[in-house]
Amino acid sequence: MPDTPAFPPTPSQTVGPFYGYALPFPGGGDVAPAGHPDAITVHGVVHDGAGAPVPDALLEFWQGGPGTGLPGSMRRSPVNGGFLGRNGVDFTGFGRVATDADGHYALRTLPPRTPAPLPYLSVCVFARGLMHHLYTRVYLADGEDALLGSLEPARRATLVAAPEENPARHRAYRFDIRLQGEGETVFLEFH
Amino acid sequence: MTTQREITAEMGAARGAYEKRLADGGGVEHHPSRAYAPYRSSVLRHPHRPLVAVEGDPEAVELSGPVFGATDVTALDCDLTRQHTGEPLGERITVSGRLLDGRGRPVRRQLIEVWQANASGRYAHQRDDHPAPLDPNFTGVGRVLTGDDGGYAFTTVKPGAYPWRNHDNAWRPAHIHFSVFGEAFTQRLVTQMYFPGDPLFPYDPILQSVTDERARQRLVAVYDHELSAPEFSLGYRWDIVLDGPSATWIEEGR
Repeated sequence: MPDTPAFPPTPSQTVGPFYGYALPFPGGGDVAPAGHPDAITVHGVVHDGAGAPVPDALLEFWQGGPGTGLPGSMRRSPVNGGFLGRNGVDFTGFGRVATDADGHYALRTLPPRTPAPLPYLSVCVFARGLMHHLYTRVYLADGEDALLGSLEPARRATLVAAPEENPARHRAYRFDIRLQGEGETVFLEFH
Repeated sequence: MTTQREITAEMGAARGAYEKRLADGGGVEHHPSRAYAPYRSSVLRHPHRPLVAVEGDPEAVELSGPVFGATDVTALDCDLTRQHTGEPLGERITVSGRLLDGRGRPVRRQLIEVWQANASGRYAHQRDDHPAPLDPNFTGVGRVLTGDDGGYAFTTVKPGAYPWRNHDNAWRPAHIHFSVFGEAFTQRLVTQMYFPGDPLFPYDPILQSVTDERARQRLVAVYDHELSAPEFSLGYRWDIVLDGPSATWIEEGR
């Protein structure tokens, strides 16, 4: 960004500790249409620089491509002002999940389809203590990709989710996020 | 426990270091540094490695973003004073403004979410144990879609200041949290809006984490008497400008 854009941006501020009654919504992590046979689960734990789980992080997921980008992620009831949940049919491509007391999150979605040849989910991380959100990506497999190709192997591995070997978990992938220190996740900036 | 005097000294040192970077030819820093130790919770929660730049990739998924529509908001979501059977206590206000991109163009039909403490400085959240009263007629959550001119408006009550445990005698100036979507996921913004003339500004490490004076001023709403409604509410104006590239920018070659 130039130093003095015509309209300089509004600065970021931390999401703080009290967003929990405002931003998460029921079904925020259930992005896949109800009962869709291709649905996958991406889940993991957010860790801080001491390795401790982060119980007050908020993760947003976005996947573009054909068939995404419909409204209705957080349908509201005109009767009582509450949340109605998604309509079960449309795929909005947008998910929002708060970590639980163990720092764990889970997203149920469809496998991303764009861009070719190696699709990914885009992730935006918010947390108390984090001044400005962080972007990262979840790749479901390693492969040919400009970003992955620019990273050394250990860092590259932080962006690739691991298929779960536990047979009780259907089509599940593990993706942990480390905000700082050993195994620190690769975070991105866009120009 | 760390004293306010120590935190104030640390904040002054961070501002001094920024002024030296500027004098040495560094760029204006519009956003806070993620490594801002006066806000103690940031210490273990920011990456040590530099961010990896993704530049000019027209295929990047992040250049598009989620879509929201009429189903995602109700008519009452923008009026935080009408969500219960009675009127909340406090000074009734409206906050309105425009959502713009870095070129000053309106950002249309996008979602703005807000949340805030009540007039006594208490959040409707179990983890807020500040001994100030909850207000049964105020939750403090709202949302609105921007109009075709990028405009938005909320009716609410002015939130109170409240104490927190960053350091001894730490108080947050009154603020409203904003969560904003642009046309692209890269334009996502979560921030806080403050009220003009608050005496707590110089003591607050969250506001002061924005070390650039002019950038910090952009977090403070303006009192606009034209926006006040006679015998009803006081009017504040606050425009929001998003940064980050979008698909439109890439197509236009920026």
